[in-house]
Amino acid sequence: MTNAVSDVDLLSWDFAQDPHSRYARMRNDGVVRKHVVKTLATALNAWVVTDYEQARELLADPRLSKETEKLLDAMDANKVNAGDTITRTPPSMLFSDPPDHTRLRRLLGNAFTMRRVEKLRPWIEELTDDLLGKIPDGEEVDLVHTLALALPIFVIGKLLGVPQDRHEDFRTWNGALASLDTSAEEKQVAHKAAFDYLRQLIEDKRAAPDDDMISALIEAQVDGGKLSEPELLSTIYLMMNAGYETTAHMISSGVLALLENPDQQALLRKDSTLLPGAIEEFLRFESPLNMSTIRYTASPVEVGGVTIPANEIVFISLLSANRDAAKFTDPDTLDVTRPNRGHLSFGYGIHHCVGAPLARMEGEIVFGKLLDRFGRWELTVPARELEWKYSAQFRGLDRLPVRMSAE
Amino acid sequence: MSGWSVEIDARTCIGTGMCVGAAPKYFQRKSSKSVPVHDHVEPDEDLLDAAFACPAEAIRVRDEATGDVLVPEA
Ligand code: HEM
Ligand code: SF4
Repeated sequence: MTNAVSDVDLLSWDFAQDPHSRYARMRNDGVVRKHVVKTLATALNAWVVTDYEQARELLADPRLSKETEKLLDAMDANKVNAGDTITRTPPSMLFSDPPDHTRLRRLLGNAFTMRRVEKLRPWIEELTDDLLGKIPDGEEVDLVHTLALALPIFVIGKLLGVPQDRHEDFRTWNGALASLDTSAEEKQVAHKAAFDYLRQLIEDKRAAPDDDMISALIEAQVDGGKLSEPELLSTIYLMMNAGYETTAHMISSGVLALLENPDQQALLRKDSTLLPGAIEEFLRFESPLNMSTIRYTASPVEVGGVTIPANEIVFISLLSANRDAAKFTDPDTLDVTRPNRGHLSFGYGIHHCVGAPLARMEGEIVFGKLLDRFGRWELTVPARELEWKYSAQFRGLDRLPVRMSAE
Repeated sequence: MSGWSVEIDARTCIGTGMCVGAAPKYFQRKSSKSVPVHDHVEPDEDLLDAAFACPAEAIRVRDEATGDVLVPEA
């Protein structure tokens, strides 16, 4: 028996820089193993699932629960450092099981319709033009900050109905909350500022409803029931977080993929009908969420011959599943014409991403316009010097220095 | 005749697996899409919940006695 596989250190800097080769080793024998995984708050002893088939099965398996209170207990029981305290946040649909999940999701579904998303299209196009207009022709810029992080936060602000003059605040709070570099105190300050602001905003929308999601969520009803005040707050807060870094990483990882695969970039320039498929391929190639959000076993679950006991933490690696050769031919090759779908970057099963249609639309708009406006894209540092976010949860670039030229 | 009929429109299904996750008794995965396990079933609220949740409105549930379409809602 060799320990080569269980030795993979998910907390190491090296892992964050090159997860793919390590996941490939983990996938090799199809056995799930326990590792230490660090969430935003705490290091946990947890099972990590890396195979595509196993990942998809488990994402839809009701025995893998997200029920907030019991999940927090399971986290407590599996934390690496007994001294760590786990912060308790108000439950949202992402951290609940049916029937609560069903109700919350339907209430959001009533407000977050395809129609509402489609209505945002002209506005997103205009915003994208504005942001691209600020990229000076032929000069070095960091695409992560000028574009990738900027677009999604403005879009979420618009969708929710945050007045435009507060979008920058929104961006500051979100940045602090999503970063590993900010201290617990800084996070708490941002957290409080965001919640105070959202509470006020809900009150304002109650008094004067508008054509936005917060107003729609206030009104949304299923079987005569509405969202309670804490549910309203947690739903809005979830929307604000779930679509920020994820969408940003889709954009910057996609740009990098095209920089490194000029043949694929040329294909897209020649035939813009390939764009929707290309967005799916960018998502498959570098899943913005490395690991799914946290789950625990409500009862024992057998996975490929191993039994995971009850009350243990499980993470499903979407990044790894998407590179499984059993599902995708030449998984490490970027192929914008790839016919087979089924990447897991938006999850699978009841928690499948609510924002997927919006994210896809943002992707199509931004890549379409980037290709149109800039005939030549160059990376200004060698690709191996790029740094990936030091996180086992997200997969995305910290910075992407490029030079974009009209010709 | 009593009971409900269940159909999934394979052209609109986008393979989210939400139905499979919500009601594995009624829905299963078939390559990258989902299909009903049975075309005819006894009335069950769990089935309706799962069908309502489909973001693509690809699931159709019909009351066979009256012919009424229960999901998607008009
Ligand atoms: C490329 C961008 C995005 C990616 C890759 C992504 C990915 C995901 C994934 C993987 C999940 C499921 C997590 C799990 O099961 O552990 C999820 C759930 C969710 N996402 Fe996204 N997301 C993106 C954009 C968005 C946007 C733009 C929004 C909304 C504005 C959004 C809102 C949500 C919500 C509310 C959930 C929870 C759904 C539930 O629990 O039923 N996401 N997302
Ligand atoms: S929920 Fe709808 S779109 Fe998703 S797999 Fe089921 S039928 Fe297809």
